[in-house]
Amino acid sequence: MSSLETVAVPQKYRRISIDPVTRVEGHGKVTILLDDDNQVHQVRLHIVEFRGFEIFIEGRPYWEVPVTVQRLCGICPVSHHLAAVKAMDIIAGAKAIPPTAEKLRRLMHYGQILQSHALHFFHLSSPDLLLGFDSDVTKRNIIGVVAEHPELARQGVLLRKFGQEVIRHTSGKRIHGTGAIPGGMNKALTISERDEMRCEVDQVIAWARKAVQLTKKLFATNPEFYDRFGMVDSNMMSIVDDEGRLDLYHGGLRVKNAEGRILLDHVDYATYDQVIGEEVKPWTYMKFPYLCSLGPEKGWYKVGPLARVQTADRLSTPFAEEERHEMMQASNGRPVHGALQYHVARLIELLHAAEVIRDLLDDPDITGTDLLADFGPRRREAVGAIEAPRGTLFHHYRVDEEGLVDYCNLIVSTTNNNQAMNEAVRHVARHHLSGRTITEGLLNRIEVAIRAYDPCLSCATHALGQMPLEVELRDPDGALVHKVRKDSDAVSCG
Amino acid sequence: MNAIADVDTRSAVRKLRVATTSLGGCCGCHMSFLDIDERIIQLAEHVDFDRCPLTDLKHCGPCDIGIIEGAVCNAENVHVLREFRRNCKVLVALGACAVTGGLPALRNRVDLDDCLTRVYAGRGNGGAVPNDPELPLLLDSVFPINEVVRVDYFVPGCPPPEQAIWKLLSDLIVGHMLRLEDKLIRFD
Ligand code: SF4
Repeated sequence: MSSLETVAVPQKYRRISIDPVTRVEGHGKVTILLDDDNQVHQVRLHIVEFRGFEIFIEGRPYWEVPVTVQRLCGICPVSHHLAAVKAMDIIAGAKAIPPTAEKLRRLMHYGQILQSHALHFFHLSSPDLLLGFDSDVTKRNIIGVVAEHPELARQGVLLRKFGQEVIRHTSGKRIHGTGAIPGGMNKALTISERDEMRCEVDQVIAWARKAVQLTKKLFATNPEFYDRFGMVDSNMMSIVDDEGRLDLYHGGLRVKNAEGRILLDHVDYATYDQVIGEEVKPWTYMKFPYLCSLGPEKGWYKVGPLARVQTADRLSTPFAEEERHEMMQASNGRPVHGALQYHVARLIELLHAAEVIRDLLDDPDITGTDLLADFGPRRREAVGAIEAPRGTLFHHYRVDEEGLVDYCNLIVSTTNNNQAMNEAVRHVARHHLSGRTITEGLLNRIEVAIRAYDPCLSCATHALGQMPLEVELRDPDGALVHKVRKDSDAVSCG
Repeated sequence: MNAIADVDTRSAVRKLRVATTSLGGCCGCHMSFLDIDERIIQLAEHVDFDRCPLTDLKHCGPCDIGIIEGAVCNAENVHVLREFRRNCKVLVALGACAVTGGLPALRNRVDLDDCLTRVYAGRGNGGAVPNDPELPLLLDSVFPINEVVRVDYFVPGCPPPEQAIWKLLSDLIVGHMLRLEDKLIRFD
């Protein structure tokens, strides 16, 4: 693990913070400790918020969970909705999910991958790539991109819109819909809804192909820089299907090491807690998962687009597979680990999602009306996992005889990337900041590395945290509304 | 899609400055905002964005409109919320979390200490509860934002529909009071 994680005597150093990290989803900050010569000694990405889903979901009926739990995240609500419902299928005792219902879930999920990847690339990250890491801080945003590259920005907005519409047609709402229920789906797709999406999807595929080309062209202008920026070698994990192809909805876990050798394959994700351990560190609310077989020092891994396109043997759709193949050829088959390569992989997946959506819309089953499984006896415990836009997502539930949840454990995608993101910012600090006069543009390089992982700090804040000191909350007239102290026995509420 | 109605020449000259932030929320209200889709390009002709999740401004400066998503969960949320109130002429609570505490307020029925121990010591391979001074203080209860600052408008929904957000902005841009017809007032 990196030497820049913890210094012995932090008081000796000057502290700089990036607070909040901007153009990411949710709350995070970075602290950097420097000596008098601006040498960097410690760099940490802190997740500073908490909400407490795992605990307050206890006592709620199991059938409610797929709708509640998506409020973890407004960017990838469908992933939480579906990971939870996959667990609840088992708990409800559902037998085989009818093909139409499974395909509708897949349609919803690939719509979500498409919209989230478009949001991430165009709205959040493209300002760095298209306007420059050091460009004017007041213009380094999507509105700035609209001004400089209006057509590209418009395509990005419309790509996201298409994904959101796919979600709306399958779940009833663009955000926090209710399409999936234990055992299947609650809404069929009408022919006119299908046709509406079908007549747009070819344009969407064309735009997605252009977006991949654009990024490849940009990175080719300075391969040395773009390939190595924020590079951290690590293991990689994702879900693949029986044939080793990328499957974002269902399959077994595969892990490769940094050189691309398979360490684990087709592992049943229900055993995730035997494969993955989680370490807690005092300075962040986000845990640090690692492979139990390798331990916390060596067992951390990457998830998400860059991991997925490299753990899988191939993608099932032609345009996206061609791009993936080319990406692998360019590195002579050695896995790539540069942070910015996440963007290329993400856009390849966006293209893949658009192609999968087209294939699903062309499948006659998609407008079927057989939406619900038959049910057998209920079960007490189940795990649901899915590849969310940002990586592998685990939901684990137990329910009591009444059907009320009595245990919930979540490992969200961003948590899986915790160590990798921390190592990426340390890499950037070491290579781009250390010994130099710190400027806003230099600090933005740290954020560029974080953004490449597309962290959803919103998702990552489901755990609870502690109150280290004392705070008083007063209303606008100065009257005490609320007070908290370090020893929470003494909490008083006025 | 209704255009921003009859913007007079005055407002065309001076753009409104809008800041938004997410406190304890899921970013879904911000996503609903982005669901105005290509109208964001039209909106940019009438407003400048101050601090918001899409810009790199870390603090809220003087603004015409401040939009808050999410509930008040920790001391930093209180701090940011007050900064918005100080700087924004009009402050809007957007979505269930900001208006009522929403889903995050479900934690108000559980004991903090107990939760902390169960999450950090009782799952995975265990460990102490994070307690670094870099982490903001938690409040033992989650609050809607109007318990901390004065709020001018409340827009319900989880998230509010994008048409409601569009109506909010177009009304404020032309200097009207916000009026939401029934179908834009949602509680789901
Ligand atoms: S109101 Fe709903 S959509 Fe908005 S932040 Fe809260 S949970 Fe998310």
